[in-house]
Amino acid sequence: MAFSSAQRSSFQRSTLRFTAGLPRNRWNLFCTSLAGLFAAIAVLPLVLVLVYVLIKGGALISTQLLSQLPPAPGLAGGGIGNAILGTVVVTVVASLIAIPVGVGGGIYLAEYSAGGAFAQFVRFGTNVLAGVPSIICGVFVYGLIVSTRVFFDQSYSAMAGGIALAVLMLPTVIKTTDEALKLVPNELRWGALGIGASKFVTVIRVTLPAAFTPIATGVVLGIARAAGETAPLIFTALFSPFWPEGLFSPIATMSVLIFNFAIMPYEAQIALAWAASFVLVVMILAANLFARWLGRFA
Amino acid sequence: MGMRAPSPDQLFAYRHRPPKEKWVDQGFRQLVEVLASVVGVLLLGILLTVLSGSQQAIADYGFSFLTSSDWDPNNDRYGAFTAIYGTILTSVLSLVIAVPLGVGTAIFITENLIPLPIRHVLGVMVELLAAIPSVVLGLWAIFVMEPFLRPILQLVHQLLGWLPFFSTEPQGPGVTPAVLILVVMVLPIITAIARDSIQQVPVELRQAAYGIGTTRWDAILRVILPAAVSGITGGVMLALGRAMGETMAVTMIIGNSTKFSWSLLAPGNTISAMLANQFGEADGHQVSALMYAALVLIVLTLVVNVLAQWIVRRLSLKYN
Repeated sequence: MAFSSAQRSSFQRSTLRFTAGLPRNRWNLFCTSLAGLFAAIAVLPLVLVLVYVLIKGGALISTQLLSQLPPAPGLAGGGIGNAILGTVVVTVVASLIAIPVGVGGGIYLAEYSAGGAFAQFVRFGTNVLAGVPSIICGVFVYGLIVSTRVFFDQSYSAMAGGIALAVLMLPTVIKTTDEALKLVPNELRWGALGIGASKFVTVIRVTLPAAFTPIATGVVLGIARAAGETAPLIFTALFSPFWPEGLFSPIATMSVLIFNFAIMPYEAQIALAWAASFVLVVMILAANLFARWLGRFA
Repeated sequence: MGMRAPSPDQLFAYRHRPPKEKWVDQGFRQLVEVLASVVGVLLLGILLTVLSGSQQAIADYGFSFLTSSDWDPNNDRYGAFTAIYGTILTSVLSLVIAVPLGVGTAIFITENLIPLPIRHVLGVMVELLAAIPSVVLGLWAIFVMEPFLRPILQLVHQLLGWLPFFSTEPQGPGVTPAVLILVVMVLPIITAIARDSIQQVPVELRQAAYGIGTTRWDAILRVILPAAVSGITGGVMLALGRAMGETMAVTMIIGNSTKFSWSLLAPGNTISAMLANQFGEADGHQVSALMYAALVLIVLTLVVNVLAQWIVRRLSLKYN
């Protein structure tokens, strides 16, 4: 493919020069600027929301705010202590249900199913369940638990809220576990068999630990998502101006507090809504960054 | 699995094992099978709960529930047209805005237009946007976005007030702010899926395009985007499902009016907003009517999600 010297000299460098004024190059520049503008617009809300929540909410944070009960409507002062505790309680209940069930379902899909019809149905169902609106989870738990009063004749309860959040978390946990286990090389399973392990021992002692990091990452993201959910809690966990009174009575959560107080005509309540937003956003962003950090070990 | 070895499952079966170990194995297998079937039980449970709850309303109002916009709990007359129209209108409008923004952002962070560290930061920021709870976005929409938006909407009303879509005075909560907050909520989904689809386009296509002398954007617009379009469409459908079911931010900013209005500046309603507002205090016929509305929402999101899965599955066959 060598060029003769005559051919080489016929390639005038000047014809290969980049000419910014050409229509195609102008169009190129226009499109690049447009894409840049779109990216800027896409990031803008995050920056604005974070700035407002951090400034308006962060300015209010004090030990009193984090440890006291919300004030009666119209009064000043008070805090969101019960809502912080309530969010933790409801999220822990949801995790205790969703993680074992979800990890079990994921183990079935990845280790036992061999792609049969039932597994396909479960995978499809997981995707469908992930697409069910969160408010519908609330309606479901309301119909199943709240209106039937199955728990000690209690209607609204922390337990009902936790179950509603668990329904929401479940698809995430199943998908994460399934995908993480599928990434474990088969050589590990053969190795376990080679030294005489049973299938159960292989899953529990070899493949599950090998897939721990990606599963943990997904679970942390799922918990963070559940902690911020409001719609399934409004008519399951309801709200309470008092400290949590156990798993079977209504409980305050930060997300419902924000919803309830944001539409009240009182300054003190609105301030508490901003403060709760601050605490919630900081918790959730911290969990997200933690999950990212965990993901590095995968 | 490049090796032609028996699968681990077969190997496990060949092994001679003590009965206790076999029982544990069998028990564990059955346990995870039961846990996997929880998904099916839940889906069935959701469907049955909502179906049985809405039985009475379906019998009383039938299909007129879907076409009547008369929502009157005092006289037990229920029609959800306002909410159904609001659900479809807000989600479709928000996608019309969010799709160009999201795809543009995805191109910007996958093509090497700017240095990689900046693109990485942009990508992380868009993902973190998805992590912000919708109730916080709602709070921000009420106290920051809507007051900022109102003079602009006022101007739109003055200039275009002769159109039925802008015929009412903006007075705070309304359909337009709700659409805009939905844009913020679906943008991360569209961006993430558009980015993945663009990255899955084989590098040979891009090289071939550059090889015949296209500019960067010719390659993007005529080769890469058409190749990625089915994946992006799947993502858009998923986002549509999410937008239809989104509750909190919309409830807080849409105004929750059960009166029908063509105006985008007037307060409106969506099915999920109606559920969030009324379900706690409803009884009797109203619960049943709300369950019927919930059923409509389930059907809408189910259709959209199944279509999305079907489109995404078709894509995965394309370049493997």
